[in-house]
Amino acid sequence: MTDSAWIDAALTSARPQAVGALLRYFRNLDTAEEAFQNACLRALKSWPENGPPRDPAGWLIMVGRNVAIDDIRRGRRQEPLPDDEAISDLDDAEERLAERLDGSHYRDDILRLLFICCHPDLPATQQIALALRIVSGLTVKQIARAFLVSEAAMEQRITRAKARVAEAEVPFETPGAVERSERLAAVAAMVYLIFNEGYSAGGDNADIRAPLCEEAIRLARLLLRLFQSEPEIMGLTALLLLQHARAAARFDADGALVLLDDQDRSLWSQKMIAEGLALIDKAMRHRDSGPYQLQAAIAALHARAARPEDTDWTQIDLLYGALEVMRPSPVVTLNRAVAVSKVRGPEAALAMIEPLEPRLSNYFHFFGVRGAFLMQLGRNDEARVAFDRAIALANTSAEAAHIRMHLDRLMRDSQPRGAKAGK
Amino acid sequence: MLYAILCYHDEDVTGSWTREQDAAVMKKLAVVQDGLTKQGRLGPVARLLPTTSATTLRKGESPLVIDGPYAETKEQLLGFYVVDCANLDAALDVARDLGAANPGGAYEIRPVGVLNPGSLKP
Repeated sequence: MTDSAWIDAALTSARPQAVGALLRYFRNLDTAEEAFQNACLRALKSWPENGPPRDPAGWLIMVGRNVAIDDIRRGRRQEPLPDDEAISDLDDAEERLAERLDGSHYRDDILRLLFICCHPDLPATQQIALALRIVSGLTVKQIARAFLVSEAAMEQRITRAKARVAEAEVPFETPGAVERSERLAAVAAMVYLIFNEGYSAGGDNADIRAPLCEEAIRLARLLLRLFQSEPEIMGLTALLLLQHARAAARFDADGALVLLDDQDRSLWSQKMIAEGLALIDKAMRHRDSGPYQLQAAIAALHARAARPEDTDWTQIDLLYGALEVMRPSPVVTLNRAVAVSKVRGPEAALAMIEPLEPRLSNYFHFFGVRGAFLMQLGRNDEARVAFDRAIALANTSAEAAHIRMHLDRLMRDSQPRGAKAGK
Repeated sequence: MLYAILCYHDEDVTGSWTREQDAAVMKKLAVVQDGLTKQGRLGPVARLLPTTSATTLRKGESPLVIDGPYAETKEQLLGFYVVDCANLDAALDVARDLGAANPGGAYEIRPVGVLNPGSLKP
């Protein structure tokens, strides 16, 4: 790895802690961000010459703070620039700062920074954009690309989000235990949203958005390092790893969606699966179940099956049942119905999803799944109606293409070319 | 003498590597390993999963299970090599080669007391 690549990685990894601490000092997101940028510029000058500091985050916080304070002073009275030496002579300062930056302090700094980004006043898309910009340090251009909007539109979205956050009351005192766990839950939900933005991308733009999945995993690991004994954070990290492990197998060469049953499992990342399984294993020891752990446990059962027919659908059905109790949602029931169709057949599964229609009447997957059940039951005309509806609701071209494939199969099967054994 | 070369690095930094950067580092390290293998000097090599997947057992009357790695430090133990070296200088040479392939962090060089090669096949 080259020098500059090493420095890039060091700056990226120090970013949440450094911006979080600078935010605590200045209580203003723009000032904190600008201070961090200035510190990075100095690091790019100083680190290649003097070697990396022992504690990059501590160095950046110190320098960022000094530069920003100087800027504020200079703004007030026209003073000459302080010479560089005064700022770069940091050995003593770093030592003192390191003492003050004890673990619990920076843990709350990072959590606060993430928590600000998922302020309830912000719509989900703004939360994600803000977190990717402020915490992950992606450029506006990179984020705009991932969301398939223009750079100007994304710039505006982020500016608007920042303005909203600035107006909102942001608590700067050290949070209590209850407040901390509430923040953690909100932040975990945002990390999950970032992941889903990447995960739900279609084949034609899956490559562009895959970095969102990787960034979400990085943030989940960061949370887990800060809160090592939280089973739900273990569950979240495991869930993201187990889902992302299948990334290479989820789309074919033409960008069409490949269903779990049809995926080439040799393309699954065994390294990510191993880490995900290790984490869910650890989480279960706590006997304090939660929605992320349940979803991770379901993903783990898929990951453990070498062939589709080895999948433990009975167990998956039970886990979805537990998830339904914990987080009742028609989407969870819809997912459970897929497991039920494997265990008890399509008729039982169909009966399970029929009552969901009023609530899922605009949901692509509802009609895709219903069409598949009807097709399995040989009710081809009704299946065709469901698939047509699904195509109309498809969010990506990959989703539409996938349903069209089912329709083509229906067409073939309904040609009077001798009876086919129902499949 | 067998030496264990223990690899320490700031996990936040290695975790910020892109997939390409990670692959490039692994490729460079493989070159050093191949050289040692050809000389018949390379023993087991392990890259450990992130410390977030670690669990610690505190020994005692009633052993305590704790989530996370044993030591809370800036740099974490991320993997190790076992290499046959004539002396400490030779072991340091190997560590320098590895370090050139993968800068940042630190290697701790520890003479091995007992090595049970075990029967695991990777």
